Amino acid sequence: MATSFLSIEGLTQKYPSPESGELTVFENLNFKVNQGEFISIIGHSGCGKSTILNVLAGLDEASSGAVIMEGREVSGPSLDRGVVFQNYSLLPWLSALRNVTFAVESRYSEWSSEQVNEHAMKYLSLVGLSGGVEHRKPSQLSGGMRQRVSIARAFATQPKLLLLDEPFGALDALTRGTIQDELLKIWAGTNQTVFMITHDVDEAIYLSDRILLMSNGPYAKVAESVEIEIERPRSRSSIVDDRLYYDIRNHLVHFLTTRSKEFSELSSEQAKDLPKHIRLSQKQPSKPKLLAS
Amino acid sequence: MSAFQTRSLVLSISILVFLLGIWEMSIPAKEAVGELTEYEILMGGAAPKAGVPPPSEIFVKAFNELSNPFYDAGPNDKGIGIQIGYSLYRVLTGYGLAALIAIPLGFLIGMSPLMYRALDPFIQVLRPISPLAWMPLALFIIQDSEGSAIFVIFICSIWPMLINTAFGVAGVRKDWVNVAKTHELSVWKTAYLVILPAAAPTILTGMRISIGIAWLVIVAAEMLVGGTGIGYYVWNEWNNLDLTSVIFSILMIGLVGMVLDAIFGLLQTRVTYQE
Repeated sequence: MATSFLSIEGLTQKYPSPESGELTVFENLNFKVNQGEFISIIGHSGCGKSTILNVLAGLDEASSGAVIMEGREVSGPSLDRGVVFQNYSLLPWLSALRNVTFAVESRYSEWSSEQVNEHAMKYLSLVGLSGGVEHRKPSQLSGGMRQRVSIARAFATQPKLLLLDEPFGALDALTRGTIQDELLKIWAGTNQTVFMITHDVDEAIYLSDRILLMSNGPYAKVAESVEIEIERPRSRSSIVDDRLYYDIRNHLVHFLTTRSKEFSELSSEQAKDLPKHIRLSQKQPSKPKLLAS
Repeated sequence: MSAFQTRSLVLSISILVFLLGIWEMSIPAKEAVGELTEYEILMGGAAPKAGVPPPSEIFVKAFNELSNPFYDAGPNDKGIGIQIGYSLYRVLTGYGLAALIAIPLGFLIGMSPLMYRALDPFIQVLRPISPLAWMPLALFIIQDSEGSAIFVIFICSIWPMLINTAFGVAGVRKDWVNVAKTHELSVWKTAYLVILPAAAPTILTGMRISIGIAWLVIVAAEMLVGGTGIGYYVWNEWNNLDLTSVIFSILMIGLVGMVLDAIFGLLQTRVTYQE
C-alpha cells in the first residue's frame, strides 16, 4: 500500500487527574487521510477532537503515538498546516486585510508588498470581502465576516493540510450555509486536504468525502470511518433528495445516540482494527454493508 | 456639546464660584493698624500678620506670574515656567530611564514563568519602599543632588511599568499566540506583531500610573534637594511666608499633573483595541 498523505499512528493522550492519577482521553488512534480529501470528525464533547486537531497543528503534543505527514513526523506548528479556529482568532488591532497579509508575508517572505496585497485581496474577495470592508477591524465585522477573514487567511497561505476547528459553530444557520458553500468553492479549486471538527451531522455530510466517528471519552476511539459517496459538486437543495443522504444521516445519528457509548470498554486487542470502514451503498439502502479495511 | 455636557459644565462652574465665594468672604479684611504694642514697636512695627489669602489675591498673583513665566532674577527668584521646566526635566529623565528598563524586563518576566518566579521576591521587597527612603543612599552614592532626584523618580516609576508590562505580556490570549505559532512567526516578530499590540493597553496603564506617581514624588524630592524645581519653589515660598505663591504653585502642580495624565490617557486610547 502506498504511503498516505497523512497518517495518524497509535495516538494517545493522557492527562494527570486528581482522582485516578491519570485520565486517558483517547487511546491508540489510527487513521489515514489521502491527499485532497475532505475529512470530518464527529463525536461528543470530551472525546478529545480538539486535542487531535491541536496535535495535528503541532500546538499540542500527544502522550504517545505519531502524526506522519508526507513521510515525515509532525513536530511543532508549521505553515504547511493552516488552522481555522472556532473563535476566528483574528488579531483585533489589525484590519481584516492586515490579518491576511501578515500571514501571506510570513509564507512568501520574498514577495513585494504589492504582491502580498494582491494575493490577500484575491482570497478576501473569494469569500466576498472587498470594496472597503477589508479595511475594517474585526470588531466592526459580524461573526460571519470574521470567520470569512479567517478562512481567507488560511487558504491564502496555501497550506497542504487545512485544519478547521468547528469553524461554523458560532454562526447562525443561514450564514453557516453561505460560508460552507464558499468554503467548498475555494477548496474545489485546490488540491488541499481538509480536516474538520464539527458537531453538525448535516454539515459533515454536505462537506466531506469521509466522516470519522469518535466514541465517547474517556478512552475514546475513532470507531468508524464512513465514506460519503455523494457526487460533487453537491448542492444544498438536491442533496436532500438523495436516498443515500438519509441512510448516511441515520447511520451517523444512531452512532452518536447509542453506539458511541459502547466502545470505551473494549480492550486494546479488540480495538486494534478500528476504525471500521463503512460504505453505505445506494443499491442496498436498508442494510449497511460493512467492509473491513 | 450635548445638553448633558452643558449641564455638567454649568454645575462645575457653580460649585467653583460657590466655594471661591465662601473662601473670599471667610477671610477677614485686613484691620487697619491701630495702636501698636510695645513689643510691636520694638520689632519694627507693622509687620503684616501672615494669613491665608483670599482667592482674588491668588488670581492677581497667577496673572502676574503667568504673564512672565520665564524670568530669571537670581537663584531665589525664577519664573514659574522655569521651575516647572526643571521639574519636568527631572521627571521625564527618570521616567524615561525607568521605561527603558521596565518594559524590556517586563516582557522577559511576562514571557518566562521561570524569570517571573525568580524576580518576584525582589520586586515584592523593593516595590513598597517609599522612593524618598532611597534619597540618602542616592545622595551618598551619586554625590549629586540633581542625579539623586532623577534616581528617586526612576525608582518610583519603574514598578508600575514593570508589573503592568509583565502582567499584560503574560495575559496575552493563547489564541493569538497560537496564531503566531501556526504562522511560523519568529520570536521577534511574535513580540512585535502580536504580543506588544496585545499587551499595549495594559503597558500604557502602567506607564500612566507611573507618570502620576513620578509627578507626586518630584515635589517631595525637590523639597529635599532644593535649588530649583516646583517642589523647591513651594518650600521656598513657605520660608518666605508668601502663602499666595504657595497656593498658586499648588494649583500649578495640579494643572501640570492633569496635563501629563491627559497625554497618557490619549496614548492609551490610541493603542486600545476592541475585541
